[in-house]
Amino acid sequence: MIKLGQNQDDLADEIKALSGINFSACFHCRTCTNACPFLEGMDYAPNKIIRLIQFGQEETALKSSTIWVCVGCNTCSSCCPMAIDIPAIMDGLRHKAIEKGIKIAEPDILSFHTEVLNTVKKYGRTHKLEIMMRYKLKKLDLLSDMGMGLNMLKKRKLDLTPSKVKDKKAIEKIFKDR
Amino acid sequence: MKKSSKTGEIYYKPPKLKYSFFPGCSLKASGHENTMSLMKFCDRVNIELKELEDWNCCGSSSAHSINHSIAENLPMRNISLVPKGVPLLIACPSCLLRMKSMYLKIKGDEALKQEYENRWGQPFDEELEIIHFFEIFSRIRLEDYIENPRGKLKNLKVAVYYGCMLSMPPDLKDEKSYYGIMEKTLSKLGAEIAPYGYGMRCCGTYLSAAKPQIAQTVVNEIVSRAMEAGAECLVTACSMCHLNLEIRCTIKNPIPTLHFSELLSMALDVKDQKKWFPRHIVDPVPMLKKRGLITS
Repeated sequence: MIKLGQNQDDLADEIKALSGINFSACFHCRTCTNACPFLEGMDYAPNKIIRLIQFGQEETALKSSTIWVCVGCNTCSSCCPMAIDIPAIMDGLRHKAIEKGIKIAEPDILSFHTEVLNTVKKYGRTHKLEIMMRYKLKKLDLLSDMGMGLNMLKKRKLDLTPSKVKDKKAIEKIFKDR
Repeated sequence: MKKSSKTGEIYYKPPKLKYSFFPGCSLKASGHENTMSLMKFCDRVNIELKELEDWNCCGSSSAHSINHSIAENLPMRNISLVPKGVPLLIACPSCLLRMKSMYLKIKGDEALKQEYENRWGQPFDEELEIIHFFEIFSRIRLEDYIENPRGKLKNLKVAVYYGCMLSMPPDLKDEKSYYGIMEKTLSKLGAEIAPYGYGMRCCGTYLSAAKPQIAQTVVNEIVSRAMEAGAECLVTACSMCHLNLEIRCTIKNPIPTLHFSELLSMALDVKDQKKWFPRHIVDPVPMLKKRGLITS
């Protein structure tokens, strides 16, 4: 592993501990980058994120849009010749970015995840309609997908009432120890 | 025993298979037509699905994205709910990934196993089998239930779409791969497969909500490539993929997208199409009528 940045070992070790992944095995063949369906929406290619951590460029990696745009489809990790779980690294970096209060490059994506977990906390299951309403309301953008939303309601693709878990205490327990 | 109406020949009827069924939020709350046709299909092929009592969300992409502990505990509770001795069948690829990954993690970590047992008050079931819906094609033979399989979806030209479901992270690399199972099954039923090279391209999952532009680009590419290959419809095995391919496609007159379970049920002469197809955004009825696969 090439060592350059001063803080390199700190972040590298932390991400290793968080994700359980030894990404120093990455030799930048770019197989992940070539396979990624969402490359165009990212500021740094997936292998470059690994490179940034190897170089100790902590902030740049945590501030990137890449760590949020990655949906964890595993296209990259299933073809990585070194079997590096790249989506798990992205998970680790997202957690780190939240923990350190870094300015999130893709606040909409974080806001969406937060709304999803809010409905899971409330009902034990996701409730798409509520997630979308709250997400759009927070964004002050009620119009962009209105037509699609109405069409989905018409086609009964969005349940009006949430499906709920009966054992509320169990769900509370899961969310309390976070 | 099932008697063939034409020949009077007695078919072998395999024993009933019983599974706990984890529907997950996508199938339970927005892909109702997927769930309905899946249940019908299983019923016709002598498979009993019993919904897992009081299951919760697997955590989906959001939990592991922003909270490690919640991402681990949501699947853990589900695992603790599965009755002993009954395999757990999951139809949503993403739920399967979350649940199986967590199950194997507990299995390989004594400390975590202890934590699981203390927290959920259940001994960890070392023998629990967690399978995807595709696995049933290794356990049943469609031919045992269909008299003339080749005539069922005759000449229907389909583009099969797996999305990310065949891509496994390194911790699941030893799991069985179901690559080609939809092609194999649908060809057996008389359908023609249109190869188009985009069947394993991810649909964008939640980017469809949070970054619609990105999802739209990938969805349009998938649908248009399938159309260029001459497909009359796309076939999905994931409710989430189905939704994205329908709602984020902006090309003119796109081909419809059918759930794999809908085609399977149709091949078994289930006549519930009127409950499923009105829930599709792109109406598959005209195309299926043209092919003579439905009459009304």
